Amino acid sequence: MYLNANNISYAYKKNKPILKNLSISIPDNKVIGLMGDSGSGKSTLCKVISGYIKNYTGTVTLDNNLIETKDFYPIQLIFQHPEKTMNPKWKMHKVLSESWNPPQELMDTFGLKDNWLGRWPNELSGGELQRFSILRALNPKTKFIIADEISTMLDAVTQVQIWDALLDYCKQNKIGILAVSHDKELLEVIADDILLFNEINKL
Amino acid sequence: MSSLSKLNPLNSMNLRQKTILLIGLIVLLLVLVYASSLSIDPANILTDFTLRNQPPSFEHLFGTDWLGRDMLTRTIKGLGLSIFIGAVASILSSILAIIMAFISSVNKYGDVLIAWLIDFFASIPHLLLLIMISICLGKGAMGVIIGVACTHWTSLARVLRVEIKEIQTSEYVQLSEKFGKNKFWIAKEHILILVITQVIVGTLLIFPHAIMHEASITFLGFGLSPHEPAIGIILSESMSYLTTGAWWLAVFPGVMLLIIVLLFDILGEEVEKLLDPTKAQK
Ligand SMILES: Nc1ncnc2c1ncn2[C@@H]1O[C@H](COP(=O)(O)OP(=O)(O)OP(=O)(O)O)[C@@H](O)[C@H]1O
Ligand SMILES: [Mg+2]
Repeated sequence: MYLNANNISYAYKKNKPILKNLSISIPDNKVIGLMGDSGSGKSTLCKVISGYIKNYTGTVTLDNNLIETKDFYPIQLIFQHPEKTMNPKWKMHKVLSESWNPPQELMDTFGLKDNWLGRWPNELSGGELQRFSILRALNPKTKFIIADEISTMLDAVTQVQIWDALLDYCKQNKIGILAVSHDKELLEVIADDILLFNEINKL
Repeated sequence: MSSLSKLNPLNSMNLRQKTILLIGLIVLLLVLVYASSLSIDPANILTDFTLRNQPPSFEHLFGTDWLGRDMLTRTIKGLGLSIFIGAVASILSSILAIIMAFISSVNKYGDVLIAWLIDFFASIPHLLLLIMISICLGKGAMGVIIGVACTHWTSLARVLRVEIKEIQTSEYVQLSEKFGKNKFWIAKEHILILVITQVIVGTLLIFPHAIMHEASITFLGFGLSPHEPAIGIILSESMSYLTTGAWWLAVFPGVMLLIIVLLFDILGEEVEKLLDPTKAQK
């Protein structure tokens, strides 16, 4: 399966385009790395691809089919700041099961401790919360993961552990990944190809 | 000094426990007033012409009226009615506010309509609208309750509308949509739990207004009918006896009504402190 974004253009304000005629293709068996300057529009592209921004021009397709927006969205975005993506009045077990109930061994590979499930989001660290938001995105209906600087708040060891678990799961389940990062060394380890944002964005 | 302060149990409690204690006391007091008013059968408020217009004494703490009825009993009966009408009107007006806020959150045109309705209702003087509604519904408890509910939903609806807008643009709600959840599920699971504090506090804070407005329009003759044992009726009747020097007929029921109103006001604020500690620190 292929995720294709074709000729995407987008501007928050009329005369200040952020994305212009940008095309990108991601196969379901690869990890595509994306690097670019701060403020250049990488997160904006991620939001277009995963359905958060709707009034763009161009098309986002899975095997040339447009994506149904009412159902579970097969392209899941993992945000940089997990704390904003969780209802502060929900305990973690509800946060997780809003998407699905992952098997115990998957929770273990991501280092998710059982007693975290009974806590509120503000009782966990950013790194601990990020494990939940990654696991949440790995619903069986997910076909592609858009990872927008998901590991910046983690220390080096944890970063390796989590990326290992994520790459492993995605390989087994044929989930393609777009990994956005400033960290060139990280991308060189995890990505099959690395794209430079300024080269694909035709501004 | 320090050993003395240790003996005082109030000092060893933290702020939260004190708040809970205060809430408990106020609720107890209000329940007591309401329960004792229920236990009074108006038919048992004896008229005794030998005891007409007695000033306050130990047998009749609030004095007696021109028919020799005990004013303490009448006042408590009236307060019970005030609390009941206040409760029904406040709850009704909160329900109205929730429905309005809900409509404005699920539909763009609904939102425009609700925003207009809020401004419209808020711009008419409360008392005027209340009197009009009460008269249209044939006065009585029904008219007063609906009148108060229709005039008091706006402030809570306004708060809820803004709050819900903010929650709807949050990342966790947008993400929820991407998990395929529909608007109603999101309203029920995500939004309700975040606004429930405002709803409870808002309802409690409408209480004092509801009670005062009921009393004032009843006093003016547009509310409850004269044979109902309401504080507004007691006050307006006592007006004609004030000139004869029977001050106690108006003063005690009036002060008691104010105390009840104040209690509800404090209750609302304390509950807000308890449920939303961050706000209380401001
Ligand atoms: N909601 C918004 N409204 C208006 N402008 C925005 C909005 N979000 C982002 N921008 C602007 O769009 C540009 C691109 O932002 P974006 O977040 O996509 O950059 P980025 O490449 O992800 O940067 P970084 O590497 O720092 O995360 C920035 O100039 C930013 O100021
Ligand atoms: Mg970014």
